[in-house]
Amino acid sequence: MSHNQIGLRIDGRRPAELRKITSTTCVLSQADGSAYLEHGNTKVLAAVYGPREARHRALVLHDRAILNVELNVAPFSSGERRRRSKNDKRLLEMASFVKQTFEPVVIATLYPRSQIDIYLQVIQHDGGTLQACINATTLALIDAGIAMTDYVCACTAGWVEREAAIDLNYIEESSDTSEVTIAMLPKSSKITLAQMESRLHVDKLEEVFRLAGEGCKQMYEVMDKTIRDRAEDLARKMTV
Amino acid sequence: MLRQKAFMKKTKSGKVLKVVKEHYLRDDIWCSVETCKVCEHTEPVLSAVPSINKAFRLPHYIIPDTNIFINQIDVMEHPLITNVIVLQTVLEEVKHLSLPIHQRVRDMIANKEKRFYVFSNEHHRGTFIEKLKDESPNDRNDRAIRVATKWYGNHIKDLNPRVSVVMMTDDAGNRDKATADGLQAISVKWYIEALDNTEILDMMSSAKDLDDGQKTIYDEHLSPAHVSNGIKSGKYLQGKLGISSHNYLEGSIYTKINGEEGTILIVGRSNLNRAVDGDIIAVELLPKSEWRTTPTGVVVDEEEEQAEEESLKAEQEAAATAVKEDAVMAEPEAEKPAAVETHKLDTPQPCGKVVGIIRRNWRQYCGFIDRKSVHTPAGSSAPVNVLFYAMESKIPKIKIRTRQAHALLGKRIIVAIDSWPRTSRYPIGHFIRALGEAGDKSTETEVLLLEHDVPFHEFSKQVLSFLPVEGENWVVQPEHFAGREDFRSLNVCSIDPPGCTDIDDALHVVPLANGNYQVGVHIADVTHFVKPGNVMDQEAASRGTTVYLVDKRIDMLPSLLGTNLCSLRSNVERLAFSCIWELNKDAEIVNVRFTKSVIASKASLTYEEAQNRIDDANMQDDVTSGIRILNMLAKKLKQRRLDMGALTLASPEVRFSLERDTQDPVDVEMKELKETNALVEEFMLLANISVARKIYEKFPDSAMLRCHPQPPSANFEKLEKAVARFGIDIDHSTSKTLSDSLDNAVLPEEPYFNKLLRIMTTRCMMQALYFCSGAQIEQEFRHYGLATDIYTHFTSPIRRYSDVMVHRQLHAAIDSSLAYGDELTDKEKMNDLCGNLNHRNRMAQQAARSSVELFTHLFFKNKTEEEEGYVIRILKNAFIVLIPKYGIEGIIYASAKVPKTADSGDAAAQPQPILVYNPETDCLQSTETLAEGETPKTQVQLFQKVMVQISIDDDLKGGGEGGMRQKLKMELLKPWIEGISVHGISNKDDPEAHALTSKKREEAPGQDQDKKRAGKRTKA
Repeated sequence: MSHNQIGLRIDGRRPAELRKITSTTCVLSQADGSAYLEHGNTKVLAAVYGPREARHRALVLHDRAILNVELNVAPFSSGERRRRSKNDKRLLEMASFVKQTFEPVVIATLYPRSQIDIYLQVIQHDGGTLQACINATTLALIDAGIAMTDYVCACTAGWVEREAAIDLNYIEESSDTSEVTIAMLPKSSKITLAQMESRLHVDKLEEVFRLAGEGCKQMYEVMDKTIRDRAEDLARKMTV
Repeated sequence: MLRQKAFMKKTKSGKVLKVVKEHYLRDDIWCSVETCKVCEHTEPVLSAVPSINKAFRLPHYIIPDTNIFINQIDVMEHPLITNVIVLQTVLEEVKHLSLPIHQRVRDMIANKEKRFYVFSNEHHRGTFIEKLKDESPNDRNDRAIRVATKWYGNHIKDLNPRVSVVMMTDDAGNRDKATADGLQAISVKWYIEALDNTEILDMMSSAKDLDDGQKTIYDEHLSPAHVSNGIKSGKYLQGKLGISSHNYLEGSIYTKINGEEGTILIVGRSNLNRAVDGDIIAVELLPKSEWRTTPTGVVVDEEEEQAEEESLKAEQEAAATAVKEDAVMAEPEAEKPAAVETHKLDTPQPCGKVVGIIRRNWRQYCGFIDRKSVHTPAGSSAPVNVLFYAMESKIPKIKIRTRQAHALLGKRIIVAIDSWPRTSRYPIGHFIRALGEAGDKSTETEVLLLEHDVPFHEFSKQVLSFLPVEGENWVVQPEHFAGREDFRSLNVCSIDPPGCTDIDDALHVVPLANGNYQVGVHIADVTHFVKPGNVMDQEAASRGTTVYLVDKRIDMLPSLLGTNLCSLRSNVERLAFSCIWELNKDAEIVNVRFTKSVIASKASLTYEEAQNRIDDANMQDDVTSGIRILNMLAKKLKQRRLDMGALTLASPEVRFSLERDTQDPVDVEMKELKETNALVEEFMLLANISVARKIYEKFPDSAMLRCHPQPPSANFEKLEKAVARFGIDIDHSTSKTLSDSLDNAVLPEEPYFNKLLRIMTTRCMMQALYFCSGAQIEQEFRHYGLATDIYTHFTSPIRRYSDVMVHRQLHAAIDSSLAYGDELTDKEKMNDLCGNLNHRNRMAQQAARSSVELFTHLFFKNKTEEEEGYVIRILKNAFIVLIPKYGIEGIIYASAKVPKTADSGDAAAQPQPILVYNPETDCLQSTETLAEGETPKTQVQLFQKVMVQISIDDDLKGGGEGGMRQKLKMELLKPWIEGISVHGISNKDDPEAHALTSKKREEAPGQDQDKKRAGKRTKA
């Protein structure tokens, strides 16, 4: 793209702009908490069950709850139809990222000897799956009423055509870009996940991190609004 | 606002995918007009009151469509064209159609004075349009341009009703639609003609109107789909066309024929079918019966030129009476086969015919207007078609339309090709700019730089902004010592040619207690200043190398770095990258290490000064004794290298003494080599080899190395045959055997013979090349000439970019904590870089040679000299003579020409061969019939000593058929061959001999590189 002349990215955004985010909670009545989140064309559904009794006795921790994350990518989620096995290493890795991200944030000691299940379903994929999963999980956990120290807001950033940009879409991601995903606790600005799989010049790292952090803060605004709207809505329904 | 874009796409593997993209529309895209109050832009590009053109009464902004950029880029680049709105739609289409033009548009946008503004109409809420049902993408884009023009018109109307927006398009249909929408639309032609400026008028690319009534000369090219299917099925062969430098109607491609690599000849105008040198073409093999034998002849295509000239004349006369629009030339009579009759060899070479052009390689060409093609009276400013000769003889003549034909005669000009329709014998082009008077030194220097694609513009401000802020006052600071060794106390000295200001290497030696020596090579630490990826680095990477011309130097790095901060001058502290060995008494490496360092050179010597110090027994200071030790070690190193089979080759290099003020050459001498040259060279070779091993160890996949492939034996065939006559055998199976046979090839009666043989052996060699270690197998790393298994360039980072990369890799190899990007590890990028460096290097060499040639011509101006020379190459109807004293070469033709008769179409005008080529002996011999075993009366063969007369043709300004290309004239004095030889200076009026030499188009000696390549191809 003619990045330097018009300062716009391939889809018309500026470097520090997120895609259009839409999110709702409480979309599945069966689950204890659920959320649906769209980062542009990346669409994720999250369902939280628990805290409930642990399935396997052997895994039970006597002082705290265990987190269990399962991630699934729909075969129809990308341009080419492709079925992934449940044991796809890529998916297992991503699930474990999500798990690691939330372990320090969920106050698990409140729920000893129990298990919290987080099921994630990627319905459409257009870049930034991990960030969308983390954000959806945050919303679903809040919806389930599970105690957490803060929101967890995730955002990607990368070096696209000689410039740092956030929330990369699939095209930007796939043109050999170095991409960082970070997940942040917006109140304390603490980072619970920073993940990068390609090489990035050390001089550029700081700029990319800074932008990603800003992206997380923007993300927080959106997510917080969703939760507050939802709460207001609920309150209204209860008074009626 | 959000739109989805969805479309189907076919992947490389043939799958059909649906791609869904987001497309955001914005409210914050501004108009960028200076006085606009509504928009919130900070740095407006478009001036409030743009220029006025006679075609409109009001000041206006121009909105061009895609084809304007594609076809009329030269016009758009003219300084008269400003205040242009480049729509995003247009920019993307340009990018899709032509990357070089896209780059040029981007350059214009970056140029503040041009006031080109990119308007992102596709992301603007008011100008985005959806594709309608049944609307083609082209129609949709045209409509997008109209919508954007309309939006701008309305937007500006509120601002200043006196300013308007004009859409520029050459598509009449689009113009009509625009007019119907109430927009102003105009064609380039109309707009430019209203500007009333001859220069810009000439730059306008000619319209591609094809008149059906015209006779077509060429076969149609096949469609791209047809061609690519044909190549897949093996019906057609693909290759890059290389035109012979002796004959622009003969080309060849190197490709795989039935699985075997080989050359396909393409001979003649109709077989070449409008392909130009460097084009990627698709070729169909001709039936075997039409295959030909190797013709390496020089062609003088008299008839065809004559006919063309007449047609031009007729046309110009017609044009004078009634100025026609876009006149296309009348066709001359049927064409004669241009090539010289050839001798039949046993194995005919495959011949082919161009069926399609896959990618054009058209660029801008330097050259001049053929005086003969101008027939209008002087002072006329009516547009006429004239013929243009490119300086490069491989390029066909180009027909251009100009209004300033007389003003341009005798000048060097630049021309671009626009198109080559089937009905036109020559490609049609347009004038770009004039460089200056032919024969003028600065003009000719510019020509040779342009012709060799040497970037010689000044360094931009952006590049200079990466220089140290301290400028000339930069000094080594205490913090620079971090990670560096302090070698300031060592007796380091540098040895370079006189007048050298970019000193990139220095040496030291310290005798150690154990009897060994510590030897250090210190190289300027350029990478301390040039950081990867910044603009200065990119510029250096693109320039690739410093180019040395006779009277000037085109730097790779800004001179503050090259001749000052990096240059290891004496008695100042400088940063260096050092290679330190421990060598034993026999100059064998005990150990080696590399380190960044700080040095303070004690002396910068010339080769001569260093030599004098060695020889002067009175000098006993530390530096001098150091040089003596180094000299001793260097001799041992050299001996060992020679024993390993390193070659000592030779080239006839000359050096000019220039007059101080005018820089005109006053004397020529051969470059002299001293022992100290070899001293420095030995240690540089040693450093390069040591560094190569180190970086290959660290970066097995991406190290930048240099190899020199073994020459194929075909290259030696002719030479072997020629020296066999003297009872000498050349064994080139390894460099060792070659080196030995060269040493033994001495003729006592001819002292120059050995040198000559070495010069000619050099020409049989392959080019040494940079490569990325991951791209070749280890056996091919070998450097044949130096007889080493691995080699790289480390020692001249000021003037070669390869060395800069090697410095970075070496630094990464010795400092594991160093952070580096993928520029050092990415195999593909490294490969691309090597490709560019090889190209730049080759071009730099050729430019340097052309510069020498230019100065030779200046030197011989108004001089006529008789010199001894040697025959170094035999062609079909000519031979090439080398003059050792001046290192120049010239062609002498082996055929006399019958004076032109009245009816020029007659065969009598064909040159009559006096000597003919004998393929068995590779000789030119007289034509009398011979009895068995009898030697011909006169013959010319390789290595033969001849006397020639050298002079400069005064007719520099064109007029003759070769016009300005004819420069250095060489005429044979001895042996006397009737019809070819001339009498000496005393007897200059010999009419026949004079007619013979001055009428022909001579090859300039500097093109020997091309000749070599052409020679190789035909032999392969």
